[in-house]
Amino acid sequence: MIRALVLLAALAFSAPAWAIADPAEALPDPAQEARAVQIGSQLRCLVCQNESIEDSGADLARDLRKIVRQHVAAGETEAEITRWMVARYGDFVRLRPPFNWLTALLWASPIIALGVGIALATGLRRKAEPPAPLSTDEQQRLARLMEN
Amino acid sequence: MIAELGHFALALGIAFAFAQAIIPLWGAWRGDIRLMQSAPGLALGQAMAMVSSFACLVWVSVSDDFSVSNVAENSHTLKPLLYKITGAWGSHEGSILFWCLILSLCGGAVALFGRNLPAGLRARVIGVLALSSCGFELFAILESDPFLRIWPPPENGQDMNPLLQDPGLAFHPPMLYAGYVGFAIPFAFAVAALIEGRMDAAWGRWVRPWTLGAWCCLTGGIALGSWWSYYVLGWGGFWFWDPVENASLLPWLTGTALLHCAIVVEKREALKIWTVLLAIGTFAFSLSGTFLVRSGILNSVHSFANDPARGVFILALLGLVIGGSLLLFLIRAPLLGASGIFAPVSREGALVLNNILLCAIAAVVATGTTFPLFADLLFQSKISVGPPFYNITVLPLAAPVFIAMAVAPLMAWKRAALVPALMKLWWVALVAFLVGLVSAFGMSALPAMFMAFAAWMICGAFADIIERIRLFRVPFGNALSRLINLPRSHFGTTLGHAGMGVTVAGIAGMSMAVQEVVLVHPGETVKLAGYEWRLEEMHNAVGSNYNARVATITVSRNGQLVTTLSPERRAFTTQTMTTTEAKIHTNLLRDLYAVLGEERDGAAVLRLHDNTMAPLIWLGALVMGMGGFCSLADRRLRIAAPSRAARSLPGAERA
Repeated sequence: MIRALVLLAALAFSAPAWAIADPAEALPDPAQEARAVQIGSQLRCLVCQNESIEDSGADLARDLRKIVRQHVAAGETEAEITRWMVARYGDFVRLRPPFNWLTALLWASPIIALGVGIALATGLRRKAEPPAPLSTDEQQRLARLMEN
Repeated sequence: MIAELGHFALALGIAFAFAQAIIPLWGAWRGDIRLMQSAPGLALGQAMAMVSSFACLVWVSVSDDFSVSNVAENSHTLKPLLYKITGAWGSHEGSILFWCLILSLCGGAVALFGRNLPAGLRARVIGVLALSSCGFELFAILESDPFLRIWPPPENGQDMNPLLQDPGLAFHPPMLYAGYVGFAIPFAFAVAALIEGRMDAAWGRWVRPWTLGAWCCLTGGIALGSWWSYYVLGWGGFWFWDPVENASLLPWLTGTALLHCAIVVEKREALKIWTVLLAIGTFAFSLSGTFLVRSGILNSVHSFANDPARGVFILALLGLVIGGSLLLFLIRAPLLGASGIFAPVSREGALVLNNILLCAIAAVVATGTTFPLFADLLFQSKISVGPPFYNITVLPLAAPVFIAMAVAPLMAWKRAALVPALMKLWWVALVAFLVGLVSAFGMSALPAMFMAFAAWMICGAFADIIERIRLFRVPFGNALSRLINLPRSHFGTTLGHAGMGVTVAGIAGMSMAVQEVVLVHPGETVKLAGYEWRLEEMHNAVGSNYNARVATITVSRNGQLVTTLSPERRAFTTQTMTTTEAKIHTNLLRDLYAVLGEERDGAAVLRLHDNTMAPLIWLGALVMGMGGFCSLADRRLRIAAPSRAARSLPGAERA
């Protein structure tokens, strides 16, 4: 039942954001605001499909934006704010997944893919060795042909 | 009546598909020429049946026949005619039927334009295309019947999602699907080659135009989709690394690799096994792209309907097509014979590098897209993989591709020397360095670096042409005649590579975009990016199925009027949804972009953007597509077809 409700809520918000953020939301200091946008764009709007809280028009995203700005104004670092968010919402809130034993495969995927590709290419190359040099018989035949 | 006709035509199409799958393949197996010759007729029959079926769907949609469930759920009497027509492929059921239609048209195209193919190969290609047709048309009629009637018919329909009522989105699905499904033809050629156990340079020459045509359509489809999200979603983003977008990027990446591999097969008879695998992989990505998204397994902004029964059918179908062809590959691939030999530093070597990198990018994107699903299923762990992940992992893999793109065309086949090729590019490197240096003043280090890459790619693409016509080294008239006589496929390469550079420049340039959200009263002026944006007035307007609030904004620079923008907020009555209609003024180098938000006490919230270089993103895609078509027009693609030379060319383009 709860699951169905969550799904329903997700569907209600599944349309991307048209609601434009309230200009009053922004921090007065442009440098701080830029930092808040940078942090917010790394956090997922939990009720949307793959949108950051900076892009989303959902109410929850607006609340989270406010929280981020409060923390930025209080002078907290990005790591501190992310920790605060993860403590409440889990790793799901991070658009950039953390590096741990579970995501090791994910983060290593570029290196694995590249490694497999290079190994395959060199393996195929070794198979396609150039043909063996001509035997003495063949060389003599070739010489005879060339003379004629 | 019309709906029943459509249903009947679909069933007829399935009957044709089964005949088309069984008779030619059996004939090719037995070496019976008469059975093989039945392939084109059956393929055309299936295509005609599917065209009739789809025409019926358009007919019931346009004539507002709400007793048809699909029309009742997606249309409305007040919906504009254009969207009644495009709604035929906008809904879930309609899009599946449309998919089948294009697949049958692919078979028809091979039947019509493949007359110069050996009879056995043609029969097998058409037969394999029909095999996949059977599966997907059965899916259409059993699990997602677009002609299902409901009783009693509702008085009016539920209307289509207003977001989809947009000209950009009206033409995005056909382009994208033509691209997706077009890769069925190289796939069928690859499977036919595996069945025959034979693959030669001629195979590469036959496959290349089809691959190129599909690639052009896919490039156009992705660009249209990205452009749509740029101006419809209203916050100026153009790529979100959303599962659906990734699903369209995957076949594009492997398809690009396939395109380059087919050249190696054609010119050097090397990389055959790899090419076959790429052809299978690209179609597999196309299939999973369309159908995994439709099945609702991957959640995304774009998902249509979620239905478990459909999901299972689709998964079984995907398993059958992809698993079957991979099994065939494992058994038969060794028959395709040894590859031609080449040194690591050679044109072939560079193309292998391009392949490794493109496929590595595809692997990373595929892993990132499906990882949350597996983490949830296997470890009950909910994680998100968003844009920051892709930016970190994909860009380092893309950078070497960008660098190699300028060098590779200058290298010789079989064995090349790297240093002379690089020496020819000294002026390109200089231009790239200067562009990067200048950009570094306006933007941060990473985008500036990609601006340098963009300059490298664009100039490098033209350096290839300059080298070939020996400009400045032979008399000018001589160079000019060389330019005129240059095969068109060289211009195709140049445009394709330069277009990629233009797109990269646009993406890098977007990092300079500025935006501001303001609350203004009519008559007030805002300064942004050296422009004065003045909100003149606001008024109401009535559309066919919505009511709109329109703001008039004049944008001027130093007192000189630049443009008037009138962004809207539209309230759709049937779907009770509000959308914003962004308005954009472009001079092809920068977009002035305005969105109207909510109103409060006579003042309006406006979101204003100055998107520097944004138009280049889609201009680049256009140039890439033009490159593809330029290459398709190459007469060397016709020379391969001795007797019916002049008529085989249109086959390269999509039917």
